[in-house]
Amino acid sequence: MYTQGLDSLGKDCLRDPAQDAGALERSFQARVDAEDKIEPKDWMPEAYRRTLVRQISQHAHSEIVGMLPEGNWITRAPSLLRKAILIAKVQDEGGHGAYLYSAAETLGVSRAELVDQLLEGKAKYSSIFNYPTPTWADVGAIGWLVDGAAIMNQIPLCRCSYGPYARAMVRICKEESFHQRQGYEIMLRLSRGTAAQRDMAQSALDRWWWPSLMMFGPSDAESKHGAQSMRWKIKRFSNDELRQKFVDFTVPQADFLGLKVPDPELRWDDAAQHYRFGAIDWNEFEQVLKGHGPCNRERLDARRRAHEEGRWVREAAAAWAAKQAARAAATEAA
Amino acid sequence: MSDERSDWPLYEIFIRAKSGLDHKHVGSLHATDARMAIEHARDLYTRRQEGVSIWAVRSADIVASDPADADSLFEPARDKVYRHPTFYDIPDEVKTL
Amino acid sequence: MTPQLRYVLRLADSSLVLAQRLGEWVGHAPALEEDLGLANVSLDLLGQARLLLAHAGELEGRGRGEDQLAYLRGESEYFNLTLVEQPNGDFGQTIARQFLFDAWQLGMYEAMQQSADARLAAIAAKALKETRYHLRYSGGWLIRLGDGTEESRRRTQQALERLWPFVNELFATDDVDREAARAGIGPEPGTLESGWTQRVDEVLAQATLAPPARAHFVWYGKQGRHGEHLGYLLAEMQSLHRAHPGANW
Repeated sequence: MYTQGLDSLGKDCLRDPAQDAGALERSFQARVDAEDKIEPKDWMPEAYRRTLVRQISQHAHSEIVGMLPEGNWITRAPSLLRKAILIAKVQDEGGHGAYLYSAAETLGVSRAELVDQLLEGKAKYSSIFNYPTPTWADVGAIGWLVDGAAIMNQIPLCRCSYGPYARAMVRICKEESFHQRQGYEIMLRLSRGTAAQRDMAQSALDRWWWPSLMMFGPSDAESKHGAQSMRWKIKRFSNDELRQKFVDFTVPQADFLGLKVPDPELRWDDAAQHYRFGAIDWNEFEQVLKGHGPCNRERLDARRRAHEEGRWVREAAAAWAAKQAARAAATEAA
Repeated sequence: MSDERSDWPLYEIFIRAKSGLDHKHVGSLHATDARMAIEHARDLYTRRQEGVSIWAVRSADIVASDPADADSLFEPARDKVYRHPTFYDIPDEVKTL
Repeated sequence: MTPQLRYVLRLADSSLVLAQRLGEWVGHAPALEEDLGLANVSLDLLGQARLLLAHAGELEGRGRGEDQLAYLRGESEYFNLTLVEQPNGDFGQTIARQFLFDAWQLGMYEAMQQSADARLAAIAAKALKETRYHLRYSGGWLIRLGDGTEESRRRTQQALERLWPFVNELFATDDVDREAARAGIGPEPGTLESGWTQRVDEVLAQATLAPPARAHFVWYGKQGRHGEHLGYLLAEMQSLHRAHPGANW
């Protein structure tokens, strides 16, 4: 399939045909430890490959499903400039999905398989996109908080041990920084605007704050794949570390907007130089993850509809290409 | 052909960032034909003026070396240090060499 | 309202309304790559609309900017071609609508590069590059769909039949057009017809599709007399903006 073997040329990699799986695994881990990048055609443990396929495809699905809640406001954006920014932003999410599917495909799975898993409800995607966007302020809150949390998760992934994923993330992070800034700018305009606009902004923060904190995943104690992913350098920081960092960055930004973070237990801990925040409702997280969030069904239905209604188009393009190839062959033969 | 389990064919995309530079591999995409591959590459990989030229190659048409052959392909070059200019000791007094 | 202003608003509104229609697709296209493609066309058209509306605002001289013109005019004050307000339908209908419009806009912008209105000439020169790409994109898809499967051919031919009644308006010339042409602002639409027909016929032939017969009726969206779809499109587009008069976004 996707052949990036060329990129990995010149790497020192012991290749003794007699060596057993254990030796291969040790030499693999040694390369990872040495911050060498693993490339598609290199030997890798099956579990490493599976972990990457799962993580990268979930990430790709999140981008694609993530187009929907914000796309909901494209037709109603309150100014032409905002409309242009929003289209470009949602389009970028689609692009990010494409980069990520492309990275996943280097691991020997096809995009069609991955998309099928999503449409059949077997694959996960970021739960946050199962919340609705009833107001324009939600577009701002998603950019500021959801993209903010995503960036925090994604920057370390630019150094991920798997080359194609790391390269996709470099591209994504470069493009993503505009997303967060445009979101914050929307919130800034709203919070400095009319009373109705301020209310809209506060309500959006109220609704998106906790789901954003949940985006970092279960606490370290509960995290299933954490330790192994760290060892493989797919992950660099723990969920709780990243979550804390996000809170520390974001609370002052909310203060600047004059908006109130919906957490009565939130306080600055001067000794630790961190914000302390209240307990996350992991029950809600689990419920949304299991498909019982406010919009799970709607999101998947929208993806399925697009897929079904697009089938004849995809078939037509494939049929035309086949006809063209046949015509070219016939001309050559004549 | 209408098997939904199969994707449109995969293309590898190479972009020349500006004239004077090589085309560089940027990733892949799906397209049914050459024209579509170029259009998709334009929409996917040059949204921010990243390029002035696009190459699209069917992924299936790329021939790549096998990492397992890396030893025999590339190790033999390792000991030929005399190919590199820094191998040679030239007295400092000798200029422009 | 001077003929020049009205002429510019017609161009602006057609671009804006079509950008709005294409925006409805984002996230719902037949393939991920087409989400990006349709979004790019939408963004180009939106960019054209913004430049043209800003120019219209200056010509009008009443201090209205792009947003006031876009969000605070009613249906009868919108002067877009009736073709572009037609619903997206399936992907085939969207592509057919796009193609018919792109082929028209290409001739329009080509001629408008020589406009006596220097600003308009500059906008046309910029937009022409975008339009050439749009035509390449929509034409490519029309060929694939027309000459693809039996189903795609049937759907696309149907889309052409559905949209053809709006073709007359592309070349209908009224007093506004005549005066604008006399002042060297832009071409009389009637002069664009032969170039358009040639471009369209060539692609339709490759697509193995037949151009439907021209209807008798002429729509006049460009005079503010629309069908039933524009009202809903504007109601949606303007709802938030109108709900907060004077707010800054």
